[in-house]
Amino acid sequence: MSTDYLTPVLTGRTLLRANPLSKLFAAVAITLALLVSIDWVSAAVVLACELALMPLLGISVWGLARRIWPLLIAAAVGAYGTALLAEKSGGVLVDAGPFLFTEGSVASGIAVGLRSLALALPGIFVLLTTDPTDLADALAQKLHLPHRFVLGGLASLRLVGLLVEQWQSLGLARHARGIGSDGSLVARTRNLLGQSFGLIVQAIRRATRLATAMEARGFGGDTRTWARESTFSGLDVVVAVVGLLIAVGAVTAAVLAGTWNFILS
Amino acid sequence: MHVSARGWGWRHAGRKAFAARHLDLDIQAGERVLLLGASGAGKSTVLHALAGVLGSSDEGEQEGELLLDGAHPATVRGRAGLVLQDPETQVVLARVGDEVAFAAENLAVPRDEIWQRVERALDDVGLDLPLDHPTTALSGGQKQRLALAAVLAMEPGLLLLDEPTANLDPDGVLEVRDAVVRVLERTGATLVVVEHRVAVWADVVDRVIVLDAGGGVLADGAPATVLVQEATRTRLAEAGVWVPDWQPAVGGPTPGAGGEVLLSAPDITVARTKRGPTAVGPLDLTVHAAHALSITGPNGAGKSTAALTLGGLLRPRAGSVEASPSLAGSAGADPFRWRSSQLVQRIGTVFQEPEHQFLTASVSAELEFGPRRVGAAVNPGRTAELAERLRLTHLLGANPFTLSGGEKRRLSVATMLATAPRILILDEPTFGQDALTWAELVTLLRELIDDGVAVLSVTHDAEFIEALGGATLHVSGGAGRLVSP
Repeated sequence: MSTDYLTPVLTGRTLLRANPLSKLFAAVAITLALLVSIDWVSAAVVLACELALMPLLGISVWGLARRIWPLLIAAAVGAYGTALLAEKSGGVLVDAGPFLFTEGSVASGIAVGLRSLALALPGIFVLLTTDPTDLADALAQKLHLPHRFVLGGLASLRLVGLLVEQWQSLGLARHARGIGSDGSLVARTRNLLGQSFGLIVQAIRRATRLATAMEARGFGGDTRTWARESTFSGLDVVVAVVGLLIAVGAVTAAVLAGTWNFILS
Repeated sequence: MHVSARGWGWRHAGRKAFAARHLDLDIQAGERVLLLGASGAGKSTVLHALAGVLGSSDEGEQEGELLLDGAHPATVRGRAGLVLQDPETQVVLARVGDEVAFAAENLAVPRDEIWQRVERALDDVGLDLPLDHPTTALSGGQKQRLALAAVLAMEPGLLLLDEPTANLDPDGVLEVRDAVVRVLERTGATLVVVEHRVAVWADVVDRVIVLDAGGGVLADGAPATVLVQEATRTRLAEAGVWVPDWQPAVGGPTPGAGGEVLLSAPDITVARTKRGPTAVGPLDLTVHAAHALSITGPNGAGKSTAALTLGGLLRPRAGSVEASPSLAGSAGADPFRWRSSQLVQRIGTVFQEPEHQFLTASVSAELEFGPRRVGAAVNPGRTAELAERLRLTHLLGANPFTLSGGEKRRLSVATMLATAPRILILDEPTFGQDALTWAELVTLLRELIDDGVAVLSVTHDAEFIEALGGATLHVSGGAGRLVSP
């Protein structure tokens, strides 16, 4: 597992060039469209569009599945649970005692599974094609978020990666002192709590040192310039418009198909 | 840049004693100063104050005044550039170019000029890398040169270095020292450097100032005077400063030929993580009782990984580590499969960061923890003897986290000895230690070897290796070469 969150393995040459804000805009538009209605048509339309855009990511479906497999499992579990528990309508498909699946309940289950995937993918697209440093530049220069907040967040992202390494080395250090992952459940729980506390102590010390290093380089003043200019290009217009089109298309398709189910109605 | 201190002192909030006090000195523009003093004399505090990062009155109390060209350091941000000891904790951003640009951005330098400064700073420190090179993929020496370049982008008039080479291998030390010299020649900046290992900087500086642990200045003058005069040399040595051409006296018997085999690893390849790249291998290693094995080589060559694997903490990528029946006893032959309580009675591993291994709120509880853990009755005599031997008796009630660097190191060794393991593994035991702590540690390890303990250390320290004797494994570029005496 990669522990370097500041330099993640990025894919998709075209989307990599787009400004992070246009990608975020498209992702938010699509997510909102999915959130306002609970139906399978809008979810299917969005998912189909997302799969059609997969080549932009520059990785195979299999490669993507390997990276997001926990989400796939979550979607499958959600679909199964819904099919099992949803209102039973339509013809009976499986009847094995407590396990009763009907046409209606299975359709609900599939809708939930599709929606979970369709909801997750826009975020995945942004994550896989965005360098955190570019995102910070865009947030500070284009959205004018306070630079201390943005750069503090960026610096802490590096520490998150280090935390994973520190957790492993703390575990080894404690094993060497005689407390490892053996013993009763109580002993293990106590050990886990102790190790967590140790990690917090280390994290605070590390953050303090980094803060000193940043301050020593003049960080924290009121004005600041940016070495990298965050810019918008024609590509960003395309990204934003495509995102909007997918969102509007999904809602229109659902209304036309008669499955539109606004959450507030 | 001119530095002046008049009766200056600083007390950290919540502490009774002043970290530095009664300081009166003037440093002229362009002077190159080596700042020395015993552990706790306030060297780092002075550097942090000059860099303007000590904080506001919430974080401590100041007396007297400390001025840079007549101004308070915190009000002239960017005029002084500080490089800290640990290369790992200073990197802020992901790419080399951005890292150097960061300080210039903070000082609101126009964009075009920032990139000119970045190019010049990287050129000054001799880092010939693409601007988008990831900062994680650098060696320790490169990271320190990057930290130096990052402060150079501010075009500081005062360069402050806080033990910049303490964590580096010998090549890295020279790399950083030479980069500093080049930078000073071009910029004419004033230099104040703190370093235990004086020999590295003695030829570079033109003035040595020694802080007195009790406050004020102990000695001040040209290196040829301060470091050569017998009177000051003696006082410096007593304070634990590594004076050139001098080595602290070590006690304990001279190590002998070694005894029975405790661990054998005839053909192992080691790796830090389960699936990650391999570090070194194949290696053919044996650990003998009453014998030292020192693993040496450049930063990042896999020395620690090899040691942790021998210590049963990491699983070898290929091959196996086998414990002799006399070491294994009732446990199996593979140390990696031992439970924690079995491991701690057989192999003690002292990590580089002592704090990672502190588990309790007092020194005495820390010493009793191991014996309790393995179900042995706590023998007060043994604990007292250990505390006495490592000069911890007066600290038994103290919280381990509040100890000084040298005390923490001694405690971390003592905790491992509490369960009387037959193998002791130490990761960089002498990094950043003053000469007094160093001599104590070496003496103790020599006594342990004489008692029959196998001592395995990961170290760059040639004097340390020589004092312990035994075999040396040189690790570099994924391969190991064993040098037996």
